[in-house]
Amino acid sequence: MLSDRFRAKNENSRKVFLVTFLPPTIWLILFLFAPVLIIVVYSFSQKVGLINIEVNWVMDNYWRAADPLYLKIFAKSFYIAGTTTFLCLVISFPVVLAITKIRQNWKLIILVLLMLPFWINLLIRTYALIAVLRTRGFLNSGFEWIAAHLGLRFEPVQFLYNDTAIIIGLVYIHLPFMILPIYAGLEGFDETLKQAAEDLGSSSMQVYRHIVFPLIRPSVFAGCMLVFIPALGSYLTPELLGGTDGQLIANVIERQFKHANDWPFGAALSMVLIYVTCGVIAVWLLVAKRKKS
Amino acid sequence: MQSVRNPDAGKVKLLLFGEFISAIKSSLRNPWLNISLLVTLLFLYTPIIVLIIFSFNDSRRNIVWKGFTLKYYKKMFSNEILLEAFLNSIVIALITTILSLVLGVLTAILLWRFQFPLKSLYQGMVMIPVIVPEICIGIAFLVFFNMIGWPSDLIWPLSLAKIIFAHSLFCFPFVAIVVRAKLVNLNWECEEAAKDLGANAWHVYRDIWLPHLKPSLIAGGLLAFTLSLDDFVITFFTSGPETITLPIKIYSMVRFSVTPEVNAASTVLIVVTILSVCTAIFLQKENLKKGSFE
Repeated sequence: MLSDRFRAKNENSRKVFLVTFLPPTIWLILFLFAPVLIIVVYSFSQKVGLINIEVNWVMDNYWRAADPLYLKIFAKSFYIAGTTTFLCLVISFPVVLAITKIRQNWKLIILVLLMLPFWINLLIRTYALIAVLRTRGFLNSGFEWIAAHLGLRFEPVQFLYNDTAIIIGLVYIHLPFMILPIYAGLEGFDETLKQAAEDLGSSSMQVYRHIVFPLIRPSVFAGCMLVFIPALGSYLTPELLGGTDGQLIANVIERQFKHANDWPFGAALSMVLIYVTCGVIAVWLLVAKRKKS
Repeated sequence: MQSVRNPDAGKVKLLLFGEFISAIKSSLRNPWLNISLLVTLLFLYTPIIVLIIFSFNDSRRNIVWKGFTLKYYKKMFSNEILLEAFLNSIVIALITTILSLVLGVLTAILLWRFQFPLKSLYQGMVMIPVIVPEICIGIAFLVFFNMIGWPSDLIWPLSLAKIIFAHSLFCFPFVAIVVRAKLVNLNWECEEAAKDLGANAWHVYRDIWLPHLKPSLIAGGLLAFTLSLDDFVITFFTSGPETITLPIKIYSMVRFSVTPEVNAASTVLIVVTILSVCTAIFLQKENLKKGSFE
């Protein structure tokens, strides 16, 4: 009887396993692996004629992606994503320290305020930034107004359509991704540790370097990844805020599919982007693991 | 009654005043931190607030305030393409939310309850849609639907299916994460006790699992809803020319020029988003209150 009951339970849990296992797995196979597999196959194919694609397992597209022209665009994407991450980090530290010092009931309001832009549509936020930064935008007219009152001549500054504008846009969009993890890391911080170090004669700089920073390092790393990865593959911000030469890798990929109509080459470029992204994450995991041990 | 209360109120006011003074004092002690917080909030909110204010501006030149008007909203509500795009976005977001909740909860239960070979690999696989750059997912869908020859002339609700599939792919991992975090502290004994007392599986799900998971279901559902409503890049590649969503429509308007109509459409989308966030927070709060009374 006991074995009967055991078998019934086992069978039941097997059923539950299948019910929970099959739908997500089928979904992943159908809508993730099948499409990505097609991209992989396409990346080894060649364009024949205007619209036909011949699968002939050549590396040509990857060799073309290694052209200095495209390497430069990859390097630029890295540079812009890196600068964005660095700026987010520099801005986040004082902001997080300020939040931790705020009274409890205000803290929640400030946190919600910092989180709210995250929910608002990315496109709308980018558009809002354009309205502020364009030559006839609010920043320029503000400057003009000040200049007019000081009796100076003022030429509108071109803030948009250059790399700086892309970086400003990316920082604007990704800042909450950096602030919130660092705040979460610092939230449970034991203040007495800091006091002890201060009592023992360390300067506040030393306290931050040797006590605060090592403790929140994992969350800082997490925040950096949350900013760097989406910034590296960002499409919309460089498209709307960047100049004619402000193409990042995602824009080049889009061009292959929507304008140049060279799907195999676009497929190869996006595979390279996927590999690079996974590589960055792998390095991050390794570093995080090493620091832990 | 009044006279008894008044001194108290005065005391409270005095206390509040004292707190206010000490808050100012402490902020004066390290002003740079608070200034940085203030500047950051200004940086985050000025563009959005300016956008909302100027959707009521009675001038096409979007820069000088010429008086209050609702004409761009009226214009918007008589613009059929914009309304269609808005309806599409909402329908897509709602169905995506339901699908992502189902798939996400199943994934969460699978990863929480069962040990199976290559489990950590499976866990990583579930996270792929979140990690891989949006543009890559977008073009993968473009190529995929093109290759299987998905018909482009389906009738209305079915024509949204492509976008819904794509959205639920990158939304359900988020639901899975949120729900799994909550499952971890589900009390096993409750389930065992309920079963001993004669509850069947359905009762256990309804009376133990559902109330326990409710906050995470709300949070996960909200996340899926806003992520779907927010998505531009993946929709841009997945949808054919026959379907437009609100972000796609706004994008084509933005490319054209900066006009008050875009401000009005954006404001509507912002309001929908903020309302859904507030509803979720409110529902969660209700839940917390109930929890404390029990």
